[in-house]
Amino acid sequence: MKILVVGFAFVLSLVAQIWVAEDPVIHVLVQFPLLVFVGYCLASGMRIQQIFMGPLLVLAVAAILFWMLPRTLDAILTEWGMFIAKFVLLPLTVGVPLALCWRHLNPVVRGFVKAQAISMLGILGFLYTHAPVRICNSYLLDDQVRLGYGFFLVVVGLSIVWTIPVFIGDRHEMEKNTPSRSVEIS
Amino acid sequence: MRQNIAATFCAIILGGAGLIWATDGLQAFTAEGARRLEISNNRPFAPDPILETMEGYFRPLKEAPSKITLIEFIYTTCPTICQSAGGEFARLRDLLVKQEIPVRMISISFDPQQDTVEALSDYGELHGALGKVWTVARPDIADLEALLDFFMVTVIPDDWGGYQHNTAVLLIDKGGRFSGVFDTNAYQAIVQAVKAASR
Repeated sequence: MKILVVGFAFVLSLVAQIWVAEDPVIHVLVQFPLLVFVGYCLASGMRIQQIFMGPLLVLAVAAILFWMLPRTLDAILTEWGMFIAKFVLLPLTVGVPLALCWRHLNPVVRGFVKAQAISMLGILGFLYTHAPVRICNSYLLDDQVRLGYGFFLVVVGLSIVWTIPVFIGDRHEMEKNTPSRSVEIS
Repeated sequence: MRQNIAATFCAIILGGAGLIWATDGLQAFTAEGARRLEISNNRPFAPDPILETMEGYFRPLKEAPSKITLIEFIYTTCPTICQSAGGEFARLRDLLVKQEIPVRMISISFDPQQDTVEALSDYGELHGALGKVWTVARPDIADLEALLDFFMVTVIPDDWGGYQHNTAVLLIDKGGRFSGVFDTNAYQAIVQAVKAASR
């Protein structure tokens, strides 16, 4: 079942490739998340030692920052090596490490990362909607602005998804905090 | 616990180093930034294609090796940015002529199919390019791609039959090296660079 979902997501990311050269929104907000999802699914359920949790989170964050650099976006569209690296490294350096470490991180660290993610995406949204120049040489100014609004939508979406559990209680959190359950998971 | 913190700390250092490497020491976050940095560091030797000028002459790009050459890439049917770039190039020409700095300026069309000699000459006339210091020209179609490639000009078609492109003033020094990329309205920086390169 899992392999079907992974395969389907990967095929979808390949299909998205058709529009990637013209549309940064498809590129960054559809294809990138699909590839991260592929890696996340592949590694979900695997267990690793506690000592790797922090480094894996750092790897995922650094990789996200790298793949979000405007020059990386341009390079993906102009260099074959980067084009292939996108399909291999987005799952392996973002999806896989997140799957391995996320659920086991200290809730405070998780909250910090979530808050950082939302504020960084908000800044990106502002930058992409307000920059008077083109940030990526390969994309039109209008599309850049659309990408900016796309970031705002993601900010709104993540804020809602991440805030709801605070008010109604997160099932996973409660289960994890029950001793018998946490033994079962580990 | 202490080990975990140490491992995370090492990862942060490695991750930070990786990002610093990927951005050329936090200097270039965009492809345009990377282009400018690479040019000012490497100063590659510029090609010398034959250009057809707005007067209908065929002249090499580096016609006057004793002079600095400033070029910018445009297309004459451009409704927006190339027109303002034309105006800014005119102002730059006036500044350089006033300070008696010998320089050659060329607006090069990257759309030689549409931009006939008449179109080039109209663009020149509109912006006051007289041909003596500043001329408007087009390359042979066969040379175009290599030229855009070398100067790292990215041209993408927009939705209205035109193009968007990274407009900039490009400096070729006396040795024929491509050694500077500037915003089209960075007059002072360009004048300084031309002065420095003239010495």
